[in-house]
Amino acid sequence: MTAPQDIKPMPPTRRHKVQRWWWLFQRVSGVLLIVLIFTHLFVNLMTGDGVSQIDFAFVAGKWASPLWQWWDFAMLLLAMLHGMNGMGYIINDYASRKTTRTVLHALLGIATAVIIVLGALVIWTFDPCPVDASGALLEGVPSFCEDVL
Amino acid sequence: MSPAPTLYRGSDGMWMWFVHRATGVAIFFFLLVHVLDTSLVRVSPEAYDEVIGSYKTPIYGLVEAGLVGAIVVHALNGLRVIAVDRWDWALRHQRALTIAVWVITAIVMAGFLPRHLGVVFGGH
Ligand code: HEM
Repeated sequence: MTAPQDIKPMPPTRRHKVQRWWWLFQRVSGVLLIVLIFTHLFVNLMTGDGVSQIDFAFVAGKWASPLWQWWDFAMLLLAMLHGMNGMGYIINDYASRKTTRTVLHALLGIATAVIIVLGALVIWTFDPCPVDASGALLEGVPSFCEDVL
Repeated sequence: MSPAPTLYRGSDGMWMWFVHRATGVAIFFFLLVHVLDTSLVRVSPEAYDEVIGSYKTPIYGLVEAGLVGAIVVHALNGLRVIAVDRWDWALRHQRALTIAVWVITAIVMAGFLPRHLGVVFGGH
């Protein structure tokens, strides 16, 4: 019997390193998302009047605070990247033809980019007190807009 | 000797892997829609309130309950996957951890469902 030989590991390629990074990201983002998502669900669905309280004024009240703007932005970014990477694993498992894979990965990347950019614009350019052409407050704005105007 | 198995008949691990995958996909597509509907706040308060209003109907109320359940299972099972990858102890107690995922999910949903369905169906 010969002693077990050391098998020299292949030198890690760039592709390897990228994959490892995403593997780790999937786990780290998962743990962070637990805090972000469960707080989000608790505040929106359990406190106050639950789902029935959610309207424009409710959103405006939350995004008046930078804390909730950053909270929702972090959640958007991490959830979309985590979801994108997870969907990428699934595409690799089921789409066996190379062209199918390429197309699906491209669609996934585009969808992810569009949603992140759209969501970020909505959070950071949000106007809690929109007015019409004559300068009057629109219907449905939070009551604090009366004081601001 | 029994013949080598040729057909995978599933085990806890295999089922949980499928549950994790199915819930992950469902949550991903929901998230796409959820960002789009929230974007209506940038159109007008009226547009947002109208679309969100439809989420308060019984049908959507049930869909939301299902989504919350999916997120809870996915999140807890994600922690199980991380633990099993990382610690021998967790690897040796896979089955207990899988049961724990479902028990904790049941407890969380027992806290959430009466509240949520009370709001959706009871109108309070
Ligand atoms: C709430 C906290 C979450 C935790 C702790 C979590 C955890 C995880 C972990 C650890 C994995 C890797 C599983 C593996 O490698 O076998 C994973 C995969 C995945 N996650 Fe999450 N996740 C969370 C939220 C989400 C959200 C919000 C989405 C959707 C946007 C999502 C979609 C996915 C998908 C599609 C996969 C791939 C499943 C597969 O490869 O079969 N997850 N998750």
